[in-house]
Amino acid sequence: MPSSAVTAGTPQAAHADAAAVVIDGVVKHFGHVHALRSITARIHYGRLTGLVGPDGAGKTTLMRILAGLLVPNAGHATLAGHDVVRDNDAIHVASGYMPQRFGLYEDLSVMENLRLYAQLRGLDADRHAGLFADLLEFTRLGPFTARLAGKLSGGMKQKLGLACALMARPRVLLLDEPGVGVDPVSRQELWRMVQALTDEGMAVVWSTAYLDEAERCESVLLLNQGQLLFDGPPRELTAQLEGRSFRLEDVGAGRRAILAEALGLDSVSDGVIQGAGVRVVLRAGAPVEPVAALADAAQLQLTPVPARFEDAFIDLLGGGPGGSSALAERLPPVELGSDIAVSCRNLTKRFGDFTATDNVSFDVHKGEIFGLLGPNGAGKSTTFKMLCGLLRPTAGEAHVVGHDLRRASGAAKSRLGYMAQKFSLYGLLSVRQNLEFSAGVYQLEGDTRRERIAEMIETFDLGDWLSATPDSLPLGHKQRLALACALMHRPPVLFLDEPTSGVDPITRREFWTHINGLARKGVTIMVTTHFMDEAEYCDRVAMLSRARLIALDTPDALKRTAARAGRADPTMEDAFIHLVESADLELAGTA
Amino acid sequence: MFTAALNFTRLRAQFIKEALSILRDPRSRMVVFVPPILQLLVFASAATLEVRNVDIAVYDQDAGRWSHELVQRLERAHFIARVRHVDSERSLHDLLDHGEVIAALDIPVDFSRGVAAGAGGRVQVLVDGRRSNSGQITVAYLSTIAAEMGAEVEPDALSPTPAVVRHWFNPNLIYRWFIVPGLTGILALFSALLITSLSIARERELGTFDQLLVSPTSTPEIIISKSLPALAIGTLLGLLMVAAGVFLFRIPFTGSFGLLLLGLVLFILSVVGIGLMISAVSMTQQQAILGAFSIGVPAVLISGFATPVENMPVFLQWLAQAIPLTHFLAIVEGSFLKAMPPGDVLASLWPLLVIALGTLTTATLFVRGRLR
Repeated sequence: MPSSAVTAGTPQAAHADAAAVVIDGVVKHFGHVHALRSITARIHYGRLTGLVGPDGAGKTTLMRILAGLLVPNAGHATLAGHDVVRDNDAIHVASGYMPQRFGLYEDLSVMENLRLYAQLRGLDADRHAGLFADLLEFTRLGPFTARLAGKLSGGMKQKLGLACALMARPRVLLLDEPGVGVDPVSRQELWRMVQALTDEGMAVVWSTAYLDEAERCESVLLLNQGQLLFDGPPRELTAQLEGRSFRLEDVGAGRRAILAEALGLDSVSDGVIQGAGVRVVLRAGAPVEPVAALADAAQLQLTPVPARFEDAFIDLLGGGPGGSSALAERLPPVELGSDIAVSCRNLTKRFGDFTATDNVSFDVHKGEIFGLLGPNGAGKSTTFKMLCGLLRPTAGEAHVVGHDLRRASGAAKSRLGYMAQKFSLYGLLSVRQNLEFSAGVYQLEGDTRRERIAEMIETFDLGDWLSATPDSLPLGHKQRLALACALMHRPPVLFLDEPTSGVDPITRREFWTHINGLARKGVTIMVTTHFMDEAEYCDRVAMLSRARLIALDTPDALKRTAARAGRADPTMEDAFIHLVESADLELAGTA
Repeated sequence: MFTAALNFTRLRAQFIKEALSILRDPRSRMVVFVPPILQLLVFASAATLEVRNVDIAVYDQDAGRWSHELVQRLERAHFIARVRHVDSERSLHDLLDHGEVIAALDIPVDFSRGVAAGAGGRVQVLVDGRRSNSGQITVAYLSTIAAEMGAEVEPDALSPTPAVVRHWFNPNLIYRWFIVPGLTGILALFSALLITSLSIARERELGTFDQLLVSPTSTPEIIISKSLPALAIGTLLGLLMVAAGVFLFRIPFTGSFGLLLLGLVLFILSVVGIGLMISAVSMTQQQAILGAFSIGVPAVLISGFATPVENMPVFLQWLAQAIPLTHFLAIVEGSFLKAMPPGDVLASLWPLLVIALGTLTTATLFVRGRLR
């Protein structure tokens, strides 16, 4: 519970009807880029308002205007009754703003950061003690006051950032993507804290690109390309989709083929894989019969399911991409000598006293999509890096298509493809030069080289962009280019390191269409992700926590472990939190 | 086949990538090409040890024939911009105090009389000791003028002749003759150091370094592909400076061009190794630039470019031997002015070869160490 010291700025009854934030026809453009096109909306006290939209929607621009850091080109905005331009000084007192990468001083400890922000806010030194104690209790950072901010996990950094933003006891709290890089467990904590603040009457604005976060907000402003698509409670939007969402249950091994088939139907606007099932959304007014026929033909059960916020978002944008991957169609099926594509035995990595990966063993089958999940700092990226040869294990071994990464790393490396988080393209080289480079570094020569490059340009529709630099490409094309570079040498194993973080849902669906197509051709996919709905695409998921492998099973089996009374159909996020918490309890029990 | 340490296709792809990265990046182009040209112009025209354009104050209490003669000679002297006449000892001191003149001449009342009587004249010269170096040179110039005058007054007299110093290799002590060959080394040093230290750090910022490490490419390939563009650009800049020295500043080039070129290539290779080491440990380009300067600047100071290595403490003299610039300066200065015999050039070439092998091997180990 936050004490009154934290949220003393509670609005009085007189304010209850007044809006915390009034946005009236706000326009902002940067050169030719239209970040906001005439936005009009209201944000209320005592509520959590989600500012939702994909990257580049204008969320941060709007936040910065409300925080008095940017001046709109047209229109007005007031925050707690103060005009953001004219009463700029009052804005900084009335609002708390937490930018995307919070300005923590990484070389200062938690306490020193708090002290610094208090002093910047001009607070009395003798009042610090009580205020700090409240904030530390609220954020549960009490045991870590002496730790350097730079050494905190992603979730703890966000909590410290939140503590600093709460220092001045604002009436409106602006949080810019607080959920980014934060695992589900820490995210749960943040929700709890924000809930407590809104209960006290504070207006909290939470911006996010995760559409599942939108569902937890009381009210939502949905932005896309600078336009306000929807303003209201999320349920109101999903209600419009009522009766259009279905799930094909227990499809099993054929689910990727079924998804591709379903997405090929005119009546289907969107579809994703959910564990062993396939979830489809019908177009407005479209009949259910074609999907039912598909289900009957495959002897599957078709169940209506509640609509999700993401369904509504995709629907507003006119539906997702089709289900066939031009790329996968061109690839020959992968032939391997053995059914095991990737394996590791007792894989261990220690950095000094710290064990990042502890005795991890598993086998990945040919054509499998294998997910590595875990909280921040659980060791999933260390494990991932050892599997693709970026780190040498301290003990144990890792094999890719039968080659030991230690002894025959060159042979193993030429058989794997890798796509990193930020797409890792050469920004100074043109699109064609990037393709040429990838071909060359994987030793493609002569005709093969020319054919492969031409093939990638054609399948990924990059022809119009050949002399552009990757940075100037639209996000979707940039992702295609990264995929093209990673697949130029037709590797039987593809490593994806958080491949879709910061990517909008439509681009993400296009990406997974290609990945599903590749898996059907026998390409083995290793993927790490923070998106729980991406974990649903995996055949099997390995859960890591505190360097150890705590669970390894199909997404559905993992979800079942979290089932209990009152939660018959747990989500992947429920499963994640459940598994991590029970592993922690077990560890505490043995210690 | 796949595991071969060197593969031409992979190497070529990486070399093209490196070259394009430097040429297409406006920042890299700035770092590489602008400072050398600016430094060439600034150093060569502004940085000089010669004394020029100074003011001298004269308090002529004599106002006789010989004092007049002396003042006229001063006014004709090339190194003096203006002779300031004053009428009291006090203002003489003031001008000196305020730094408006570098030296002040106090000509006594009996100066002309003394000269006429054959007893010789004495003039008091006050010099600004705060500018000791220029001051000393000014005194030397002034005594030359006085000696010339004395020789005219009494050609046969056995007046004490000032010591005649002959400067070998650079008889007129033209400062540019000394500084331009040295600049060749310094410019090549900084361009090669910056290009290479940015190269890995840039890829790390972009995230492409991991991409490179998961590909079948080997560490020696990475090192070679990152060395070649720096080697090409560094050599080009070095040769440009040599050409500027010969054709623009007309410095006599008396040594062997072939040996100088060999020295330049070995010198740049050893610098490339240092640059790659810096790059391998830098997480960002900013760190890499800071690293390059915090290595490069002390290296220039210890190399003997500005102050003779022989005057340094023994420990620094040893350190100087490990700095590639020390040896390259010996070669380039020798080639320009001394007509250094090939044997002497070799004495500086082999340490460069050893240093180059050392730094490049260490760089390879550093880059490989990033995999652990």
